[in-house]
Amino acid sequence: MRVLKIVLRNALRHKLRTALTIVGIATAVMAFGMIRTVVTAWNAGVTASATNRMITRHRVSIIFPVPLTDRMQISRVPSVVGVSWANWFGGVYGDPNDFKNFWPRFAVDASTYFTLYPEFQVPPDQLQAFQKERNACIVGRKLAREHGFKLGDVISMEGDIYPGPWQFVVRGIYTGRDPSVDETQMFFHWEYLYEQVKQREPGRGVDAGFYILKIDPPSAMATVAATVDSAFTNSSAPTKTESEREFQQGFVSMSSAIITSLKVISLVIVGILLLVLANTIVMAARERTREYAVLKTLGFQGRHIAAFIIGESLLIGLIGGLIGLALTFPVVHGFGMALPGFFPVIRVEPLTIVLALGAAVFAALVAGALPTLRVVRTSIVNGLRMIG
Amino acid sequence: MTGPLIQIRNVSKSYRRDSMSIPVLQRISLDVPEGEFIALMGPSGSGKTTLLNLIAGIDRPNEGSITVDGTEVTKLGESELAKWRARHIGFVFQFYNLIPVLTAYENVELPLLLTPLSKAERKQHVTTALGLVGLADRLHHYPRQLSGGQEQRVAIARAIAPDPTILVADEPTGDLDRQSAEEVLTLLDRLNKEFKKTVVMVTHDPHAAQRARTVRHLEKGELQ
Repeated sequence: MRVLKIVLRNALRHKLRTALTIVGIATAVMAFGMIRTVVTAWNAGVTASATNRMITRHRVSIIFPVPLTDRMQISRVPSVVGVSWANWFGGVYGDPNDFKNFWPRFAVDASTYFTLYPEFQVPPDQLQAFQKERNACIVGRKLAREHGFKLGDVISMEGDIYPGPWQFVVRGIYTGRDPSVDETQMFFHWEYLYEQVKQREPGRGVDAGFYILKIDPPSAMATVAATVDSAFTNSSAPTKTESEREFQQGFVSMSSAIITSLKVISLVIVGILLLVLANTIVMAARERTREYAVLKTLGFQGRHIAAFIIGESLLIGLIGGLIGLALTFPVVHGFGMALPGFFPVIRVEPLTIVLALGAAVFAALVAGALPTLRVVRTSIVNGLRMIG
Repeated sequence: MTGPLIQIRNVSKSYRRDSMSIPVLQRISLDVPEGEFIALMGPSGSGKTTLLNLIAGIDRPNEGSITVDGTEVTKLGESELAKWRARHIGFVFQFYNLIPVLTAYENVELPLLLTPLSKAERKQHVTTALGLVGLADRLHHYPRQLSGGQEQRVAIARAIAPDPTILVADEPTGDLDRQSAEEVLTLLDRLNKEFKKTVVMVTHDPHAAQRARTVRHLEKGELQ
């Protein structure tokens, strides 16, 4: 108890210096937490991928469609227990320069899509209403909240991949089964897309953008991929079948250089944190070398001195770390609000909390260890000669 | 116990400055009986503080042995030596060396934190020690709120609180005015006479040395 009291009073000797150090640590921890959260959010799609779903797409690129007729052949492959399909729609809603107006829009097979995605939870009556109405759509809860969409509202947008004005009636609002589920997407009938394109652009075909396969057992994924892809090897649209995780990872890997840079920056921040704290603790320990020599004269040993110095370092590090962590939450929230389309699932994960605080504690231990070693190694006689 | 409390035999000490070895003490031998009040005098650089540091176990000789109360302190390891100091030595410094962030009470309590005493027992020791030095009404004052003489008296209270075998004082009046110096010397005298504490004091002040029962002079590292 007395040690804590001494540690606290020592930390408060130079209030301005301690306060500035705490602010420095808090800023570094907040930046670390923020970057970690962004990296996690970037990988959210991969993390949320189901272990029993696969994606079949055109081998060359996702932008090339795959024939709708393929679904019959795919559904006959052993271990494939469900098949659905979807198309990336694109479109422009409102001001295209406003990030808020960008969200994922998919044309999906209304009768099968939601059975393959149980994580998108739609109330049964709303799902029924959606399935009955050709130009109906279902939007995510977060998206609806963001734009004030309610059941019965009409969402108007301008098509880009599929040009012309488009209107969709909101008939359902889905909620995520857990916080990792993206609630910013919009789904409408693939049949509506197909019919409209036929009317507007006679001669333009509309096929499936990609297929979603439900696999049982999941261990059969490799066999399913080989079987499906070999079936279409010599067709006009050769396919690539991969697990949903691999499919999502493919998108993320496009920006792997950015993610790696962010990870490196987060490590640099830990280094900055360490230097900020080490600077303060080294200064404080140097100023008190004589006092520590007096304590040693009284019979205090190296471990006691270590408790005083490392205790002070830990105290400052933890206060800074906790303040930084507390600030991370509103900053992340604000970031998510500003860029909802880029980070549909952005939240401070428990691992980020542990790592941010762990970084502060690690920096405090290292920052305290060096001056402790120096003070412990300084002889009492030399220590007493020091002028703080 | 038979024989002297402090037995110093053929102790030599030298310091290194860069590549040079500077001899400070040369084959010193000295006996200090229990209950003695001895003053070590000598000019600057004569080695008196070094000898005091060796007796207090905060420095080690290059040669020779120092035995205190039957324990050869020169053979103790660092950890054992720290424990031995806590138990047997009360150190009074020239510049008081109180911890500025602790009150008089907390400064005096510091060495007691290393003992198995309970909080209540520590309180009793602290109030007794501060009462003895006449500062019972300054328990919660910080060093900056005390005069130099009062600070030195708190330092003496800190030295005597764990009831050490020996009280070592390095120029205890060196930084004090005449009146405060008198008070401190009277206090050391009282601790020696009334409480039978063995006192080893380093001083270059002949007036202070007069209060000791024995005065030994050091000259160029040798006892005269």
